[in-house]
Amino acid sequence: MSVLRTYYPAAARIGFQRDIQYRGATFMAILGFLIEPAIYLVVWRTVAMEQGGAVGGYTVDDFTAYYIVWTLVRVMNLAEAPQSWEWRIREGRLNEMLSVPVHPFHRDFAYYTGAKFVWILMWVPVATVLTLTFQPRLDPQPAHVAGFLVAIWTGFAVRFLLLYLMGMITFWTTRGAAIFDIVVAGELLLSGRLVPLSLMPDWVQSTSNWLPFQWTFQFPIEVAIGRLSNVEILQGIGMQVLWIAGLGLAFSRVWPRALRQYTAVGG
Amino acid sequence: MPDSDAVSDPVVVSDLRKVFKVPVRDAGVRASVRSLVRREHREVVAVDDISFRLSPGEIVGFLGPNGAGKTTTIKMLSGLLHADGGDARVLGHQPWLRSKDLLSRIALVMGQRNNLQWDLPAADSFELNRAVYQIPEAEFQQRKTAYTELLDVDDLMTKPVRNLSLGERMKMEIVGALLHGPEVLFLDEPTIGLDVSMQKRLRQFLLDYNRETGATVLLTSHYMADVVALAQRVIVIHHGMILYDGNLAGLASRFAATKTVRVTAPDLPDDFSTLGVVIERTPDRVVLEVERAHVAAVAATLLSGSAVTDLTIEDPPIDDVIDRIFSSEEG
Repeated sequence: MSVLRTYYPAAARIGFQRDIQYRGATFMAILGFLIEPAIYLVVWRTVAMEQGGAVGGYTVDDFTAYYIVWTLVRVMNLAEAPQSWEWRIREGRLNEMLSVPVHPFHRDFAYYTGAKFVWILMWVPVATVLTLTFQPRLDPQPAHVAGFLVAIWTGFAVRFLLLYLMGMITFWTTRGAAIFDIVVAGELLLSGRLVPLSLMPDWVQSTSNWLPFQWTFQFPIEVAIGRLSNVEILQGIGMQVLWIAGLGLAFSRVWPRALRQYTAVGG
Repeated sequence: MPDSDAVSDPVVVSDLRKVFKVPVRDAGVRASVRSLVRREHREVVAVDDISFRLSPGEIVGFLGPNGAGKTTTIKMLSGLLHADGGDARVLGHQPWLRSKDLLSRIALVMGQRNNLQWDLPAADSFELNRAVYQIPEAEFQQRKTAYTELLDVDDLMTKPVRNLSLGERMKMEIVGALLHGPEVLFLDEPTIGLDVSMQKRLRQFLLDYNRETGATVLLTSHYMADVVALAQRVIVIHHGMILYDGNLAGLASRFAATKTVRVTAPDLPDDFSTLGVVIERTPDRVVLEVERAHVAAVAATLLSGSAVTDLTIEDPPIDDVIDRIFSSEEG
């Protein structure tokens, strides 16, 4: 444990330094992220206005706040894509990660944590422009701010673990891209990324309750825009913690088996 | 916990085996379609029940042609690959169990591989290594300064790795791999792609490290100069099996049936066919390939026959010996 206490800050610094080297690319990527929520925002604001000012319990202002917070949550829950494991295995890059006494999970998690701070810095001007343009109604209480600060990191941890676990598929097949595409499509529908889940059919909502996606996306957004009570915030964070425990346990079981499959090609 | 029986020798390999299952398929559309329903595999024995031990402080050259099983063995010994049979102990640990104690005490350097952060100066990667291996600050600074000065890269510490030349980068890789003072070093083609002077410098550095720390080194290289300069002992592997394990001189006497005899004399006879095979001939110099068993007699004949000014008897170049071993095995 003491190794990780010194390793995490050191590796997070590397993650920060690496991404700050490419700040221009990071900023452009964030601008690219804007296209997706901008479309959703325009569509749902229009729908809400045509429906008399609200749809599915969301007012025009709620939609605006939802999709602006969406951009921050999107930046925060970026994690190691499962596809990257194909490259790591095929090119022998995993050999380097496995030859040190720190688990690759800690390496990646720490790098991403450090890089988040660069992304947040780059996100600020984007959020400022969005806020000035659409003027969302955000009036968060201290409990919401505190809950959001926790939920956004735990949401990142859930998504990171989920994608990491999916990446393990590549130890058995180096062509897992189709599976990942299906999961990404599922995430789009069942996380609140495309649209708040309350606007989705009942069966979609009940299905999403059994899956981790909404805890990585919609939950932190709803905490930030003040749609949840304090009890609901605590329950939601509890669900995130449960998913972290479940996915973490699954990963700890799969990883040794994945390593047995590893053929250490390349180099 | 390390196995106390094996602690005395840092590397102990017993009947180690690795088999890869590789998909096979004929060329053509029909074979592609057939492979959809019936996938065929073939087992390739990469390492075939090999055994050896490395003593503390020993530098051993691990030789073999491409695909012989060298890198697979090194990958098993450094914990990257699980063995399919037999056993191995490195510093008392079964390496594929990947204990933190073991990984903290070994280093794996693979030529053409980059362990350093590509976009950042090497100094940042070294700092990360300090955290990974929990190297005390004073020790870290002392080693970093010493190694970078010895390899003449101390003024490159702040330059991003991507801007370093291959040789500079390799030297930085070596520094990074040794900062934690590994007791066992696995070097897989560490000088590949480097120019001759860079290779020499790296070899000398590795020798110094070995002398100072008593580290055990297992080295693979296609450059025989690396092996000759560094290794007292060589293990030759081919088709996953060990063909030879002993000192370099012994390798020649075991596998080279002939020796090279060079004679210089002002008045050399015309015919040497009864003594050996003439490889090179000038008016006053001849190079003969002579059956090992007849070398003494041939030398005596040459010395008695004419006014010899110089006579040398040598084993054939080690590259030739190795080449002959692998060629004869292929045959």
